[in-house]
Amino acid sequence: MNSIRKHDLLLLALGIVVFAVLQGLISARIIGSFWQLNLLIIGINVIMSVSLNLINGYTGQFSLGHAGFMAVGAYVAVVLTTNFHAPFIAALVAGGLVAAFLGFLIGLPTLRLRGDYLAIATLGLGEIIRIVIMNIDYVGGAAGFKGIPHYTNFTWVFFVMLVTLFVIKNFVNSSHGRACIAIRENEIAAEAMGINTTRYKVMAFAIGAGFAGVAGGLFAHCFYIINPSSFTFMASFNYLIMVVLGGLGSITGSIAGAFVVTFVSAALASWPEFRMIIYALVLIFLMFYRPQGLFGYMEITDFKLFQRFKGGRK
Amino acid sequence: MEFTQQFVQQLINGISLGSIYALIALGYTMIYGIIKLINFAHGDIYMVGAYIGFFAVTQAHLSIVPALLISMVVTGILGMVVEKLAYKPLRHAPRISVLITAIGVSFFLEYTSMYFVSPTPRTFPAVMDNVSFHLGMFVINGQQMLILGITFVLMVLLTYIVQRTKIGKAMRAASFDTETAQLMGIDSDRVISITFGIGSALAAAGGVLVGVYYNSIDPLMGIMPGLKAFVAAVLGGIGILPGAVAGGVILGVIEALVSGFFSSTFRDAAAFAILILVLLFKPSGLFGKNTREKV
Repeated sequence: MNSIRKHDLLLLALGIVVFAVLQGLISARIIGSFWQLNLLIIGINVIMSVSLNLINGYTGQFSLGHAGFMAVGAYVAVVLTTNFHAPFIAALVAGGLVAAFLGFLIGLPTLRLRGDYLAIATLGLGEIIRIVIMNIDYVGGAAGFKGIPHYTNFTWVFFVMLVTLFVIKNFVNSSHGRACIAIRENEIAAEAMGINTTRYKVMAFAIGAGFAGVAGGLFAHCFYIINPSSFTFMASFNYLIMVVLGGLGSITGSIAGAFVVTFVSAALASWPEFRMIIYALVLIFLMFYRPQGLFGYMEITDFKLFQRFKGGRK
Repeated sequence: MEFTQQFVQQLINGISLGSIYALIALGYTMIYGIIKLINFAHGDIYMVGAYIGFFAVTQAHLSIVPALLISMVVTGILGMVVEKLAYKPLRHAPRISVLITAIGVSFFLEYTSMYFVSPTPRTFPAVMDNVSFHLGMFVINGQQMLILGITFVLMVLLTYIVQRTKIGKAMRAASFDTETAQLMGIDSDRVISITFGIGSALAAAGGVLVGVYYNSIDPLMGIMPGLKAFVAAVLGGIGILPGAVAGGVILGVIEALVSGFFSSTFRDAAAFAILILVLLFKPSGLFGKNTREKV
């Protein structure tokens, strides 16, 4: 077994310990129902921000339409569970696959655009997805889809999150991921090195969209109703804030960003204007003083403390 | 006959709405032309302009033209301050950093305004008598005449500034090539600051006119028109002033036709669909020239 596998197992064990501790706290009712719900939201936001980080951070393609894919996954999953009584896991996977396919279809033409043009085009596409959903009467239109079974619990969110982290971490560390990072660093140079840039950009976009779809499925089964207005571009901005705060190109950073942003939003829930003003100032000052985000390109496993456990790779 | 009448009526509505988009789009296009930044906060500058106009009318009891002028001046200064505080320190940062800062500035303007003026929409007082002009079977109301008139005057003024004055010449030079312009002795910081000022003043005029037209303003009113004005700027060819005007009017007309003949819920989708089609098939816009990319 090589050291990378060992490293993966170590992180998996760590994840299970964290899960056991949190589940224990929930069972012992130390974490009340308000924070329990927030734990679910944090988990879903981690999936969203890590998958967005794959597109924005690792591949360097600035997307602002992530909430649109989340909406697609959410609606596909709720239609399957509510109207067709499909098992939850099948619905989640189907939602993810449809979102990934849509990401592929959308990505193919739009990823030719660069930088801020891509940002505004993806923003527009996210809005188009939402407006189209709003006009489909089968899923409730603007009033929302009602009567969704309440399947999502902490165990589901946590393990789906672990799977997401694993897949994205291993993707980034694979040769495909290296190609994506090369595209971020310099697209023209990457192309000159023989990387099929379109293919990798679309691949990263579709994978990111797929996980956003899965997160949407989880999100939809948290409450009894979903509404197209939960998936506006403001929601996409929210995930962007998490990714930028944590660091474009750091999975640990995205997790931390999702944590901090969700926690702060929950704590400031009674003062919504202040919350947004604080977000705004954090974004501005972050760009002034630490544009790479809290973690930059670093992962938690890059720090000294963890190097000790890792061994082998010197 | 019925159809033609409705069509022309929607055309008139579309042109009025489109000239407001054009006013906002001009600011976008000027700012993008010089510092290559999508100023996400531009829509919120327009919102602030609408509020200043609102307070000038309701608190200071001014009539519409002085209120418009005050709003343009104050908002123009606000635009320059925003540029100085938020964008100038990032002049040499990667473009994505500046874009994120612009999103931050946009949030900041939206929610600080919301804190001060409360999130509830305000009713813009009627500033003029409800007159309407009948041209054969079509109707143009007073507000639409006001919008068209003021837009026309502002555009003539802007064309004069850009084409005939020294600062306009400096602006054109800086947007053509900032570094070379600097070597020729143009103070590019000053030019950028003035561009922000003029762009913001135009957006403020758009904001006040929207208040007059729709009678209602709120702190988040700038988001959608801001994005659509960007679509208009891209449609006409970003960085090109007549393009922004044409793009704004075309977008306004298409929106009016879509909401008149299909459903108003698809209005916003139409704007974004146009954006994507333009970006895919003619990214340089209707008025733009194709430039070859250099490594």
